[in-house]
Amino acid sequence: MNRDVAHQGVNSFRGRRNDARARTHPAYWAFIVHRVSGIGLALFLPIHFVVLAQAIAHPATLNAFLNWTRQPAVKVAETLLVLALAAHMAGGVRLLFVEFVGWRAEGQKTALSLAAAVALGCALLFALAA
Amino acid sequence: MRETIATNARAAAWRFVLQRGSAAVLALCVVVHVATMIYAVRHGLTADAIVARMHATAAWPTFYLVFVAAAAVHAPLGVRTVVDEWLGLRGRAVDAALVCFAFLLLGAGSYAVHVLAG
Repeated sequence: MNRDVAHQGVNSFRGRRNDARARTHPAYWAFIVHRVSGIGLALFLPIHFVVLAQAIAHPATLNAFLNWTRQPAVKVAETLLVLALAAHMAGGVRLLFVEFVGWRAEGQKTALSLAAAVALGCALLFALAA
Repeated sequence: MRETIATNARAAAWRFVLQRGSAAVLALCVVVHVATMIYAVRHGLTADAIVARMHATAAWPTFYLVFVAAAAVHAPLGVRTVVDEWLGLRGRAVDAALVCFAFLLLGAGSYAVHVLAG
């Protein structure tokens, strides 16, 4: 009962669906990128920590693992991971600006472009260094 | 009932503050982490190089502990929103699972930092 009351507003909102115009706006795709990259990073983090801790306990194992990561396919996967991290960070900073500085319709596409540029720039720098 | 609504609203406000606060910390941490990764990969990534960097100064382990703590707060709160809005999963069982996820991240991350810097 209490939970129903608490979620009443959310549920009435949930019943509505964005129409095609909302889904063609760049901000919608920024929302999708933020969600998908966030889920990916949340799944990756525990594996990252466990593998790192295990491998460091046995340096030879870590070096063997690092050699394995020099394969082109692994480098592509690592670059995509850096892209996801940078995109989540840059998109998140945009959201913090929207929430705490203010939302201006005319500046949104510029902010989205900047966030995309930062994310792609980080991924490119990593790919060139790898 | 009014008290329950007030408690829920207070919890939601705390989740908002923690999510955005940890996001601000993570933004700085990710910039440093990505820059370090690019530098490290460019100069040859080896186990010795990683361990040497972590032992060079106490600032690196401290930085990574802050990074891990912020991620342990931020990720479960983000997952909570996604499973609520996209899967319709909510309630005490979901919150309990996400608290476990937060402690898993905090534990595994702190352990990794400890092993690297120890």
